[in-house]
Amino acid sequence: MKNSSVLLEVRDVAREFDVSKPWLNRVIEGQPKSILKAVDGVSFTINRGETLSLVGESGCGKSTIARVVCGLYPPTRGAVIFDGVDIAKASVNEQQQLRKRFQMIFQDPYASLNPRWRVGKIIAEPLVAHGIMTEKAEIKNRVDQLLTQVGLSPQDQEKFPHEFSGGQRQRISIARALSSNPEFLVCDEPTSALDVSVQAQILNLMKDLQREFGLTYLFISHNLAVVSHISTRVGVMYLGRLVEMADTKTIFNRPLHPYTQMLLSAIPDLRMTGKQRTPVAGEVPNPLNPPSGCTFHPRCPHANDRCKTEAPSMIVADDGSMVSCHAVEEKRIPIKLAA
Amino acid sequence: MNDTLKRIFDSDLWYSFKRHPLVIVAAILSLACILGAVFAPLLAPHNPFDLKTLNLLDAFTPPAWSASGKGQFLLGTDDQGRDVMSTIMYGSRVSLTVGICAVALSMVIGITLGLISGYVGGALDSFIMRVADVQLSFPAILIALLIDGVARVVIGKNGHDEVAIYVLIFAIAASGWVQYARTVRGSTLVERNKEYVQAARVIGRRPLAIMFSHVLPNVMGPVFVLATLHVGAAIITEATLSFLGVGVPPTQPSLGTLIRIGNDFLFSGEWWITVFPGIMLVILVLSINIIGDWLRDALNPKLR
Repeated sequence: MKNSSVLLEVRDVAREFDVSKPWLNRVIEGQPKSILKAVDGVSFTINRGETLSLVGESGCGKSTIARVVCGLYPPTRGAVIFDGVDIAKASVNEQQQLRKRFQMIFQDPYASLNPRWRVGKIIAEPLVAHGIMTEKAEIKNRVDQLLTQVGLSPQDQEKFPHEFSGGQRQRISIARALSSNPEFLVCDEPTSALDVSVQAQILNLMKDLQREFGLTYLFISHNLAVVSHISTRVGVMYLGRLVEMADTKTIFNRPLHPYTQMLLSAIPDLRMTGKQRTPVAGEVPNPLNPPSGCTFHPRCPHANDRCKTEAPSMIVADDGSMVSCHAVEEKRIPIKLAA
Repeated sequence: MNDTLKRIFDSDLWYSFKRHPLVIVAAILSLACILGAVFAPLLAPHNPFDLKTLNLLDAFTPPAWSASGKGQFLLGTDDQGRDVMSTIMYGSRVSLTVGICAVALSMVIGITLGLISGYVGGALDSFIMRVADVQLSFPAILIALLIDGVARVVIGKNGHDEVAIYVLIFAIAASGWVQYARTVRGSTLVERNKEYVQAARVIGRRPLAIMFSHVLPNVMGPVFVLATLHVGAAIITEATLSFLGVGVPPTQPSLGTLIRIGNDFLFSGEWWITVFPGIMLVILVLSINIIGDWLRDALNPKLR
């Protein structure tokens, strides 16, 4: 497995959260435990050097996947395999070695940097934590170099995070993530807290860095425009499950799953002004009590009785694209080609 | 050094300080009390513990401004001919030492338990917080009395006088840690879920390192306010215990001991022996509390 093209494999990962009331309340009120299935059986692989994006509405479990992959949450079921090593089964020593090789960039640049630390110390944290560098001068050189790489000035390391704008802070986050020379970055909506002009700068910076260092990205976003700009492949999630995954081009030109079609037709586009749209109907159901069968059936225009009872399984096509939908399998949906 | 001073004078805190005359007065008063206590051996007109300089004929001299007062005893003397002003200066030394050490100790205990409780969570959190709840249902003075009483039995009467001050510090600290633990736990619960803590976890920092280098600096604001107010409360607790006779021994009197000694003579007309230490206690605690109140408002971004 070691030198294959697959860097990260997520195998049937599920993550549940216990959101029940305290024990005493449950006993007195006679209520059962309530378990929220944030992620329910998601599998995918990421190849070296590519960018896999996960998209979906709020609460569909995309951030939970990012956190499970990074080890912030242990998975309830399934395994995360990084470069052939199952992270959960690795020894403490191996885990420490793996931690060097993947890093995370967070959504909120105002919360992801410790407000009491100077920028230099923040960026050097992975270096110090892993004992990669111990000498002060060496660390300072590395921080200088990182700050220049992300488009800031080496003098900035003496400042505190509150002296920077959102975009600059996100650059600092990226510098910190890069400092231990990782191969794999998990980006949890890294641009959604930034305004549009800065979003483009950060995305271009991330693309440049990917080319320069051969990085692999797992990119979490709800913004389809951002996703189409940066990804190699796209996975669409709905209520904790992956419903469709394919190359960026395929997804945007020939979406198969009715949910993907709905999402795409909701993208505002100047060329499409006045065009008839399929509105995104309904709301995301309560994940505490998901619908039976295919979880999308209450909102799906193509749903039939089978969809209400039987959960669809993944159908893998020849080109590696995957979709989980009875209607697609039975060819009940006319294939929509984007304009 | 210059850089640090410049940062202090540029800060919002200094600006707010300059605009509150009451706080300036309180700061000057408490600074005077602290300096007077620290440099008591140099500043006090007499050394009340040097028996050679005491003269029983000077006993019960009233303050200098009354008819039978003597100029060398500004605030009069007590039953043993000790200068009241000097005993107050030496006494506030004991009071301040006990107050500050007790607060420092309860800060260390409270912050550590609060951080662990908030960061680790689960059963450990419940356990620590239930202990805190139980302790909070007793008045602090009762817990201090209990600890002091147990220490007396364990150590014995003879040894007790030497370690009395440490027992007192521990007793007051043990009755005051709960507030710190609760405050720190509350802020830790907020900070723990912030992304910079998650970032540190992804980097692979150990939980203890995250607690003390990431979370701790971000929860210290309210703790400083609490500590300032607590110094005043600890001095009062110490004075109460000493007044009740379970605090420091009369050979090294604190303000509370002085008030208790003077209390015996209050009804025979020698009011100055108890009133002046009392006034000193009020000034010290009041000015510390005023500073604490101001700090709470000045550090609260919502009130700015």
